[in-house]
Amino acid sequence: MYRFFAALTILIFSASPAPAGTSGPQDLKDLYFGEALYHAYQGDWFDAISRLDTELNQHHGLDEPERDSLYYHINQAEFAVGDFELAYRMHQRAGRAITAVINGNVEEQVRNEAIFRLARIYFQKDQPVNALYAVERISGDVPADIRNDLDFLRAQILMANGRFTDAARILQDLQDVKSLEGFSTYNLGIALIRDDRELQGREYLDLTGRINSKDVLTLAIKDKSNLVLGTKLLEENNFESAKQVLDRVRLSGPFSNRALLGSGWAAAFQGRFDRALVPWSILAMREVTDASVQEAMLAAPYAYGKLDVYSKAAIMYSSALENFGIELDKLDASIKSIREGHFLRALVREELKQDANWVVKLRRLPQTPETYYLLELMATHEFQESLQNYLDLEQLRRKLEAWQGDLDAFEEMIAQRREYYTPLLPVIDREFRHLDSQMRLRLEQRDRIAQRLKNMLVVPRPDYLATSGERICSEEIGLLEQRLSSGDSAVPESFTTRIKRLRGMLHWNIYTEYDQRFTEAYRHLLDLDHEVDLLKNQYTDFVRTRQAATQSYEGYDEVIRSQRIRIREAGEKVEVLMARQGHMLETVAVSELTKRRERLAEFQIKARFAMADSYDRATRAQTQERESQ
Amino acid sequence: MFYRLAGVILLISVLVFSMSANAQENYREQIKGLDEQVQEIKTDVLSIAEQLNQLEEKLLYPSNTQVAVFISMVGGETFRLDSVEIELDGKPMAHHIYTFKELEALQKGGVQRIYTGNILAGDHDLQVLVLGKSVGGTDFQNTERFKVNKDVGPKIVELSLAAGSITFKDM
Repeated sequence: MYRFFAALTILIFSASPAPAGTSGPQDLKDLYFGEALYHAYQGDWFDAISRLDTELNQHHGLDEPERDSLYYHINQAEFAVGDFELAYRMHQRAGRAITAVINGNVEEQVRNEAIFRLARIYFQKDQPVNALYAVERISGDVPADIRNDLDFLRAQILMANGRFTDAARILQDLQDVKSLEGFSTYNLGIALIRDDRELQGREYLDLTGRINSKDVLTLAIKDKSNLVLGTKLLEENNFESAKQVLDRVRLSGPFSNRALLGSGWAAAFQGRFDRALVPWSILAMREVTDASVQEAMLAAPYAYGKLDVYSKAAIMYSSALENFGIELDKLDASIKSIREGHFLRALVREELKQDANWVVKLRRLPQTPETYYLLELMATHEFQESLQNYLDLEQLRRKLEAWQGDLDAFEEMIAQRREYYTPLLPVIDREFRHLDSQMRLRLEQRDRIAQRLKNMLVVPRPDYLATSGERICSEEIGLLEQRLSSGDSAVPESFTTRIKRLRGMLHWNIYTEYDQRFTEAYRHLLDLDHEVDLLKNQYTDFVRTRQAATQSYEGYDEVIRSQRIRIREAGEKVEVLMARQGHMLETVAVSELTKRRERLAEFQIKARFAMADSYDRATRAQTQERESQ
Repeated sequence: MFYRLAGVILLISVLVFSMSANAQENYREQIKGLDEQVQEIKTDVLSIAEQLNQLEEKLLYPSNTQVAVFISMVGGETFRLDSVEIELDGKPMAHHIYTFKELEALQKGGVQRIYTGNILAGDHDLQVLVLGKSVGGTDFQNTERFKVNKDVGPKIVELSLAAGSITFKDM
């Protein structure tokens, strides 16, 4: 049933195959782009756009965007966001995004694909002149995968601008394209008919009506083609051909009810009421809210009457009357319920969103009379657009409501962080300043030593590498020498010799071990550098953590306050729009249902008279039969 | 009677939901006006969402501690993924049961962010448990362990799933 509904909505208002959705890159390098696609593939357009917008803005804000992983998919991402916006019915923004690509410094193929997408937006938004202007700007190389779609779109745009001869010429060349099977032929048929080449056009409609395919959309366009051609033939009183064509429409397709009704009338207009009864009897058993079914309930007993089976006719009229009565009650209840505001509440029931078939299911819910005729209302494009907007607004309302709660949580979290860090940080900062000055001192010392060692490579200075013991010894020897030289009494020769020997030994050790000592000193410096690196890492870690601590609660107040204002203002706008959109939906629903009610009331009167007439005829026939016996 | 009835019925067949041209035009104009306003409010709310995304990331997942784990499916895989369970350093981190829509989105090439959180710099143990059904209909479960090294920048981990294996990529 859902497929029926989807095919119906696609086909009633356009004769195009569903546009190809955004496909992911073969080799995905940016996972956040993949995340946006993940949302998009589930039809979660808001999150898909929001994710990709964030990514694109971050990418464009980079100093070196070529180092970002999104760089590899940037064109695809720009297109994807346009596609998502289009799917989210944000045509203005999608148009702007694509125009930005067109005006950017991009390759010819990319530019042409962007113009194609822009033209498609204009066409979908019922702006055929703008669409034509856009499509005429395409020149040069076009990506191979959109060539056929572009030609098909060009033909549709030409048709919308009344240039049927040009459109037919393009469509003629698309007849062998598998992805457009049915659609190209059907549109060619329509283009030729509108170009006053009625016979040729009908041949193509007939051709579309005979296609063999398993594709749901191709089968639906095949049915549509048969219905259009059959209705034309019926209007021209070519009943036999009309019936043949209408009978080709599938019994389970989106156009089957109207085809069955037409097929019955094609037979009835030929006086073949027995043949008319076959489709009408099938139709009369179907979903009673459908307009064609209601008509069949009246038409079938009428046919029985014409076949002189008055008793059966009377029973069927009676059954139709009963059904019409029930439906009228349902319509009254629906109208009343809608006026009481239940309709809008039913539409936003959360549990229904879990089911793709919700529009159909809604009708079957007990105690929701406001939704019995929803499927019929959904068949109108405007109603569907309005309904979709209403549902989108409801989604926005819920998001805004949830975000208010998020901001409350953020504020609480920030307050707790502030409360925790405020008394802690001054003590930590004081301690840190002390350690920091010590560290700087040591680092300066290390640099001095490093510089000295470097100089010693050029000018060796063994004395710099004397050990502390050697220094003390050297100083003590110096003192002894001073005392000996300053004294008045003569110093024994042995003393002087011993002192000289000691100094000589010291000198010997320092100079002979110089190379080894120098190597060791250098090794120690390297060890020190390793420790300094660890210290610097720790230092950086500390500074980063310290910064993060402040950043975890400072500087958010203004952002949160402005976000709160924006959310509140947006919420107010959403509420106003929801009220207006809702009122429009209710008004349209009530107006449409009132019309259906009036029509059904007319049917009821006719059925009542026809039933009485059938009873009379049945009684007369019975009397005549009895008299003849 | 016949032609009157037929006339009524054919009229209904052609125009189930008819309106006068003026009312229709007026209605369309109203719809168009409202539609434009709805588009505007969508733009506003999307802009708020973008700012909130940034605020949330800055506030909850600063880059020096941020870790994000993504799930993808190897191209062409058609096995049925039932659930994924992830533990970090022995603690349950994420558990997700897949709906049909989510599975289809993964098979088409979408990537799911299953977890965003905070961890300290250094090495961490990541354990992944995948439950599913093979193309033949047999239940399977696959557990694998990986090492995640967190440094200063945000840590992004991709777990690419196939029927018999889990490929770990980090960046």
